Amino acid sequence: MKYTFSGGYHPPDGKSYSEKMPIEKMPSPKIAAIHLHQHIGAPSKAIVNIGDEVKVGQPISEAGGFVSAPVHASVSGKVKAIAKIADAAGNKTDAVIIESDGRDELFPGVGEKSDYSQFTADEIKKKIAASGITGMGGARFPTHVKLSPPAEKKINHIILNGVECEPYLTADDRLMQESPDTIIEGLKLMMKVTGAEKGIIGIEKNKPESIRIMKEKTASMHDIKVIDLEVKYPQGGEKQLISAAIGKEVPSGGLPMDVGVVVSNVGTANAVYEAVALNKPYYERVVSVTGESITNPKNLLVRIGTPTSELIEYCGGVKEDVYKVVNGGPMMGAAMYSMEAPVHKGTSGILCLSKENAAVYEEQPCISCGKCVSVCPLRLVPTEIQMNVQFKKYEEAEKLGILDCMLCGTCAYVCPAKRNLVHYFNIGKAKIAEMKRKK
Amino acid sequence: MDKMLIVSANPHIRDKSSIAKIMYIVILSLLPAIFASYWFFGFRAIVLILIAIVSCVITEAAIQKFRKKPVTVSDGSAILTGILLAFNVPANIPWWIVMLGSVFAIAIAKQAFGGLGYNIFNPALIGRAFMLASWPVEMTSNKFWTQPYTGETMDAISSATPLNLVKTALKDNPDLKTIDILAEKGVGYWELFVGNVSGCIGETSFLALLIGVIALIILGLVNWRVPFFYIGTVYIMTWLMGYDPVFHILAGGLALGAFYMATDMVTSPISNNGNIIFALGLGFLTVSIRVWGGYPEGVSYSILIMNCLVPLINKFTVPKKFGFVKPKKA
Repeated sequence: MKYTFSGGYHPPDGKSYSEKMPIEKMPSPKIAAIHLHQHIGAPSKAIVNIGDEVKVGQPISEAGGFVSAPVHASVSGKVKAIAKIADAAGNKTDAVIIESDGRDELFPGVGEKSDYSQFTADEIKKKIAASGITGMGGARFPTHVKLSPPAEKKINHIILNGVECEPYLTADDRLMQESPDTIIEGLKLMMKVTGAEKGIIGIEKNKPESIRIMKEKTASMHDIKVIDLEVKYPQGGEKQLISAAIGKEVPSGGLPMDVGVVVSNVGTANAVYEAVALNKPYYERVVSVTGESITNPKNLLVRIGTPTSELIEYCGGVKEDVYKVVNGGPMMGAAMYSMEAPVHKGTSGILCLSKENAAVYEEQPCISCGKCVSVCPLRLVPTEIQMNVQFKKYEEAEKLGILDCMLCGTCAYVCPAKRNLVHYFNIGKAKIAEMKRKK
Repeated sequence: MDKMLIVSANPHIRDKSSIAKIMYIVILSLLPAIFASYWFFGFRAIVLILIAIVSCVITEAAIQKFRKKPVTVSDGSAILTGILLAFNVPANIPWWIVMLGSVFAIAIAKQAFGGLGYNIFNPALIGRAFMLASWPVEMTSNKFWTQPYTGETMDAISSATPLNLVKTALKDNPDLKTIDILAEKGVGYWELFVGNVSGCIGETSFLALLIGVIALIILGLVNWRVPFFYIGTVYIMTWLMGYDPVFHILAGGLALGAFYMATDMVTSPISNNGNIIFALGLGFLTVSIRVWGGYPEGVSYSILIMNCLVPLINKFTVPKKFGFVKPKKA
């Protein structure tokens, strides 16, 4: 059986830079800047003061609501400041800045093994919420919220996203090869929490080693299945993955739970296991530092809050031809202007791209070739939506489905006229949200 | 690191395609047809093509200069219009008509609408319509070649195009068989297929145009649905009406129209379903004009008529989006 979705495109994947590099633990930074708002939902509230001593894994904020997540100290040392600093997307928001004492002392209890098989669903969920786990891709939705659907929404499937369809990135691929057992344990925990009967792990066919290992490890588990997906971007989009895995389309404006599914990244599953079984909050993650313009591409286990510049330095620095540095993948990541922006909970990669690959083009007029329409994974008409936004016809753009757009960038990638479609979609979405607020 | 970095919206990598690449590939795909026009109509065909190209390029550059816009003739679109326009004239037309037709095509059909991407009608076909309306005699006086061009018979045999010939003959005697009417002139399906018949310089060779369009379909630059449903509709309609369907497909400008004019990206619908509707409309109009119209050829007017319907077709063929939910009635 072929597992795939309608639309999409396969750009050159650029994975060869770092796919063979084992995950390496990077030394903790001298200064960690941990933003209080690293997730979708309400910002968390700081519970430490300037001058406080903190230890690794110590909560330094509390959730600011149900859809929110706390953050934890990723180094041990002294809180130097709580100030607004630029995040990876360039927005200045509050962050707790900790000066490391270099001792990496753990907060009491962190790393202590527990017999988690005795935990009830509620206890597991509380652990996940307290550990500050969020989605590890772009949206960073708090995981405990995903795992708490309203009673009338029965969850049948937990789908683990090991697709990693973004070119260049190899963090998930490495994690699946190096920690398959903890990922599978994390999946089981999520199945227990939601009462889902089936677990599916979706991996793109261009990661044969991960597929082999995961299939081997789950061979005796009748309720967990590994599926090998056709190689096509954006196969890792939540809706695309669900449609490929179980053949159901999430209704427009709806959520995966509407078709009885919760989708989670493999990295998230790993974090869930660590939170529940090892009492380890989410304060470090795997980041691919890669691209043609970094001297030594690596997959690193990095403390959240580490400045981007330290990752780059650790990988031998950038090459002469560096043109763009991206936080995330090349299709959906954010271009960075400051290398001081810290790694956040969703940083899957730091890409150093050359001008040859990341060139910025002059826009040409649309020639209605229809390529954007044929690749749109949500079956929208990108060119028409773009033009409506350009001419400020936001209501028309909304009718054409701009709010369904997930900004995957496939249309802009294939556009021969090099139109900056995603740029217009960003504007359109913001304008429509503004109009709705005023109503 | 104190280097200035670029910040822009995602995606940060782009496909290497470009409008200019598309245009030049289409131009290359026309080489077999250009060679066929030389083979059957002589060196004069090449001269006419060059005149059209030069006129189109100069007109476009001059208008863009005048409007103080960036000059974009290097994107190849004016060259392509020139070739396609020249394909629509008979070999013995005065050269200045081709020149004026080219100026009209670029100035009125393309630049007056705002240039590449904004034109509603196919510029080459507007050029043809302009020439046909202004110089009807020159545009329709064809040489009927029954043998490949040898250089000696240039003005020897002059006759109507096959479509014209058959239409007139059937009017006099509806019981005649198309293939017999053609046989009298020494023409069969094979001659029609390779292009060894009277007609405009670029339209007669079905074979040469087919080679080009197959290459474009393989490269993903032509939506196969347009030629397939267009020609299919012509075949089925003419067959149902008792005409010779093979003849109607091979004769006249159908190949050029279905392969290169109707598939022009700018003036055809965006979605696959839109293109199918567009092609069905083209087939219906073409057969209607050929059968009921006073004019033997119907391809170019069909395409121009359907061009105006493209925005409407686009509006009604917006694909059903992913996870579409029927809106609840209020």
